[in-house]
Amino acid sequence: MALSNEQIKEKLVEKFGDQVIGFEEQYGMLSFQSAKELNLKVLNFLVEEATLQFRFLTDLCGVHYPDNKGQEIAVVYHLHNMRENVRIRYKVFTDSAQPDVYTATGLFAGANWMERETYDFYGVNFVGHPNLKRILNVEEMDYFPMRKEYPLEDQSRIDKDDEMFGR
Amino acid sequence: MSDNVLLPSGSIEKQTTTLNLGPTHPATHGVFQNIIELDGEKIVAADSTVGYIHRAFEKIAERRPLYQITPLTDRLNYCSAPINNIGWHLTCEKLLKVQVPKRVDYLRVIIMELARITDHLICNSIMGVDSGAYTGFLYVMQYRELVYEIYEEICGSRLTTNIGRIGGFERDFTNAAFEKTERFLKEYPAVLKEFEDLFTRNRIFMERTIGAGPISAERALNYGFTGPNLRAAGVDYDVRVVAPYSSYEEFDFEVPIGSTGDSYDRFLVRNGEMWQSLRIIEQAMQKLNDLKGEDATVYHADVPEYYLPPKKDVYTKMEALIWHFKIIMGEINMPPGEVYQAVEGANGELGFYFISDGGRTPYRLHFRRPCFIYYQAYAEMVKGAMLSDAIVVMSSMNLIAGEMDA
Repeated sequence: MALSNEQIKEKLVEKFGDQVIGFEEQYGMLSFQSAKELNLKVLNFLVEEATLQFRFLTDLCGVHYPDNKGQEIAVVYHLHNMRENVRIRYKVFTDSAQPDVYTATGLFAGANWMERETYDFYGVNFVGHPNLKRILNVEEMDYFPMRKEYPLEDQSRIDKDDEMFGR
Repeated sequence: MSDNVLLPSGSIEKQTTTLNLGPTHPATHGVFQNIIELDGEKIVAADSTVGYIHRAFEKIAERRPLYQITPLTDRLNYCSAPINNIGWHLTCEKLLKVQVPKRVDYLRVIIMELARITDHLICNSIMGVDSGAYTGFLYVMQYRELVYEIYEEICGSRLTTNIGRIGGFERDFTNAAFEKTERFLKEYPAVLKEFEDLFTRNRIFMERTIGAGPISAERALNYGFTGPNLRAAGVDYDVRVVAPYSSYEEFDFEVPIGSTGDSYDRFLVRNGEMWQSLRIIEQAMQKLNDLKGEDATVYHADVPEYYLPPKKDVYTKMEALIWHFKIIMGEINMPPGEVYQAVEGANGELGFYFISDGGRTPYRLHFRRPCFIYYQAYAEMVKGAMLSDAIVVMSSMNLIAGEMDA
């Protein structure tokens, strides 16, 4: 018997009540969010609950929404129940001034580098991470480059005077 | 006489030796560093540093229209660039709700399976090189060359292919492409057989690889392993089976698995997959021949917003000219939405997490790069092994620096 998105939603609401919000289904994948303080409880429930068993962390990444005041940075988990072959997306939001989120490394060994990458690009401070330092960028870097306040160079700029590579 | 030379503190008392494998060590096959702590020849700890060729693709993608992101995906796993390209097109098609014709699916399957064969060939033959057997590597290269010629026939380039477009292919396959594929199907099995004869029951190769860097199914899943590395540990997870794309559900193939998850199993699983890929290509060729009428010539879906019109029309027709201009200038707004699309890359599940806010470029694009995720298990896999095992384990994991660093 396949596990349907409705059943997952029911289970989550039964356990967490109105603390899990924002259920939506885009292109067939159930997506929901909760307060960031709850992330370990929710993840643990998703992993351990007998019918859910989302034991595989497919992906973990950050997203920056600068206009979403107080909740600028999202941490997105993609989880997979391989037995039933269902994927879900779970998000927590944090503010960019104090982006503390509990680490998922205790549940998934693979979260280690994914969280380091998210820290590297968005500055999310994963509380309890065993080795939270930059992974792809140089260690001396003092900003978080994937945040939206660092735009890429405007292709149409004309103030550059570069004889060899001028545009 | 000058004063005594000062040694770094702790260097005398320390009982172990620190050894750097990389960033430019011949055995790393790419730019990344492994810092290995040795007690004699035994590894007591390992740490990895990646990011030497980080090129900020995810950031760059936030300013580019969809068709300009395809060349970025080439440079992830450059040993099988067509899989990345087509995975990206599938992601876009999912977001845009484009239905592609069956023929496009089959053509894509042919290309993706050829790419998988070349990728596995490189990985397995390099395993031979790293354990002292150069012959196999040189011998199979001529067939990788043949596959690259097929790519060339289709898209004009060999390594970073930029193959296909959203909705299909930019042009139909030439006869030469089909002929070369037929030739590959005819000649390659004998070569693969000989390659297997050279390694599979080779005493030296077996001694080097059996028991080197094993990982249990449970740990592999916990570490987020996918692809041949996970299957070698005994989990039959294959994206082509669990979430079929490009009509993979119509094909009859097996998913080879191993049991111990050591380097030898990884080698065997890849070899097994090459045989299966050949089967898939044969079936796809058959299915192409079975198509009739208009279905037998179509090579792209009808998506005027994203698929460039023929050049002849651009010069003669107003409508085509407008679309051409809008596509090239990236002036087309996408529907808002969030998509996760995964394909079975040659070394694991290659995922694209695409957030569109309705603008012209992705709001956020994240690549789930399989080898970035599974490489973190390396330290655990080589702990307690010999230094020579560390080399074999590294090459058996199929690590591609371009993909790791994105």
